[in-house]
Amino acid sequence: MSSSIVKLQSVKKKYLLGEELVEALAGVSLEIKKGEFAAIIGPSGSGKSTLMHIIGLLDTPTEGKVFLDDRDISTLNENERAGLRNKHIGFVFQSFNLLPKTTAVDNVELPLIYSGIGQRERIRLAKEALISVGLKDRLGHFPSQLSGGQQQRVAIARALVNKPDIIMADEPTGNLDSKSGREIMDLLKSLSREGKTVILVTHDMDVAKNARRIIKIIDGKIVSDGVSSRA
Amino acid sequence: MIDQEIFRLALKSIFRNKTRTILTMLGIIIGVSAVILLVSIGQGLQKYITGQFENLGSNLVSVLPGKVSLDEGFSGGAPNFGGSKLTLKMTEDLARLGGSIETAIAAVEVPASVTYGKNSKYTSIDGVTANFGKVRNLTVNMGREVTGVDVALSRNVAVIGKSIAEKLFGATSPVGKTVNIGTRKFEVVGVLDPVGSGGFGIDINNFVAIPITSAQKMFGLNSVQVISVKAKSKEEIPQAIAQTKKYLAKFLKDDEFSVIDQSNLVSTINQILGVLTVALGGIAAISLVVGGVGIMNIMLVSVTERTKEIGLRKAVGAKPSDIRNQFVIEAVVLSTSGGVIGIILGWLGSWALSRFINTSVSLWSVVLAFGVSVLVGIIFGVAPAVRASRLDPITALRYE
Repeated sequence: MSSSIVKLQSVKKKYLLGEELVEALAGVSLEIKKGEFAAIIGPSGSGKSTLMHIIGLLDTPTEGKVFLDDRDISTLNENERAGLRNKHIGFVFQSFNLLPKTTAVDNVELPLIYSGIGQRERIRLAKEALISVGLKDRLGHFPSQLSGGQQQRVAIARALVNKPDIIMADEPTGNLDSKSGREIMDLLKSLSREGKTVILVTHDMDVAKNARRIIKIIDGKIVSDGVSSRA
Repeated sequence: MIDQEIFRLALKSIFRNKTRTILTMLGIIIGVSAVILLVSIGQGLQKYITGQFENLGSNLVSVLPGKVSLDEGFSGGAPNFGGSKLTLKMTEDLARLGGSIETAIAAVEVPASVTYGKNSKYTSIDGVTANFGKVRNLTVNMGREVTGVDVALSRNVAVIGKSIAEKLFGATSPVGKTVNIGTRKFEVVGVLDPVGSGGFGIDINNFVAIPITSAQKMFGLNSVQVISVKAKSKEEIPQAIAQTKKYLAKFLKDDEFSVIDQSNLVSTINQILGVLTVALGGIAAISLVVGGVGIMNIMLVSVTERTKEIGLRKAVGAKPSDIRNQFVIEAVVLSTSGGVIGIILGWLGSWALSRFINTSVSLWSVVLAFGVSVLVGIIFGVAPAVRASRLDPITALRYE
């Protein structure tokens, strides 16, 4: 395996919930290598979402250090994080989060707008990404005209269009029937085979088993970290 | 991030929500068109009244017999035409005085009936001197004016107004025909061009002009009722007044004549109407501000409604400033387009109203209304935009 792309050193995240200080992450150290397909699994409230947000540069740790590609990202300001998110991370959400009344191509080109790429090139790249996830015939469709599985494919195309290093998928199959869910997992697996680092966040062991590595987190701590039984 | 792209994003978002867009713009549309319409009515009124005075002749100074003061609102009583000591000779002297005076004319006005065949009309007969048309801004439509020769020879000739001509002669040409004025016969030598109804209740279209000398003979008068002195320019009116007063003082006592500057009256009326126009515009401008609050309202609702969208945009790499700019531009585009539509509607409304009353769309009201609507968009767009830019992406993405 190649060098690590994500590295966390005793990361803690605390926040106030009302008057109570909650420790969402209680010292997490973790290393994910380039091209790895890792699943973070844990029950709700375990801190797995917080972990994802910190790796995905949506949040900053209270304590500890986070490295992305050997660069310390725990102290960046909001604009710097936005820039890195745009270039290095692609998000796939449980509820797809596509803009309504907006075509598939327009949805997919969104990250490219914020990286300052010209319109013609954006449309070309967006079409290319949509074709790569098997939506050649759905380029001009609106989300309301697409099935759940197709919508999630649009979302994956959007996550891929900027050619990021890391794909972060947060319960990507949570809103899908089992057949579409399997197709989406196959798509993520093939991305990982093509060299993308895929980080899957789920509470469902059946879903997590698709990954090669399973990191289990409970109460803000990693309780197990190992190779998936199926992989 | 290119600003042009943000602009495109804002436009896309506006076109995606047409109902919301129109509702948002409505306040601004109403405000801007109200400003333009009300100001155009005020300006139209001002132009109308100024025009009425100009119908009477511009740069005119009137000499009336007796003591008359405009400042006291004619409180000195009506001009004493009967005891007038103003004469034709004085008029001729004033006309030749030079300096700031271009010319002077005299007039007497007596009511009498004018008859042609079976048709008769009771109207005012004006005894006039040469240059009457030039001083009073009147032109002949056919035939000729009353000339100096007519006056010198007290010829029995008449120039008649358009309405009189139609009433007495119908479709046939009056020029060369003979009419009876009182008991005397006059030859019609000219017909005046129609003019808008004159100020001071005088309808020029209804009057009959004859040489002043003929009128004096007919009615047994030696004096003239009014002398109109025309100054060379608006700026020279004060000098013309001084010259006139100085000349008349040689022959008349202080209380035997009054010199009245018409432009004083015009400027006072203009001032009042100007204040009225600004007040109307001001009231309408309040509705513009209300329109701005409407924009802010909708934009705030829109920020809440689009929380998830904002979260997503941030997740894929939008900086807070990108989000803020998008929302500000949306607000400005909304208010600016509302402003443009409002200008067009206000203009159309003013045009429609112009069939009934005088209206005049002024450039300053258009510029002001447009400027205010853009400003309103910026001012009321910033608060919602800043709120949008500060949303935490994680919370925003979870928002249902």
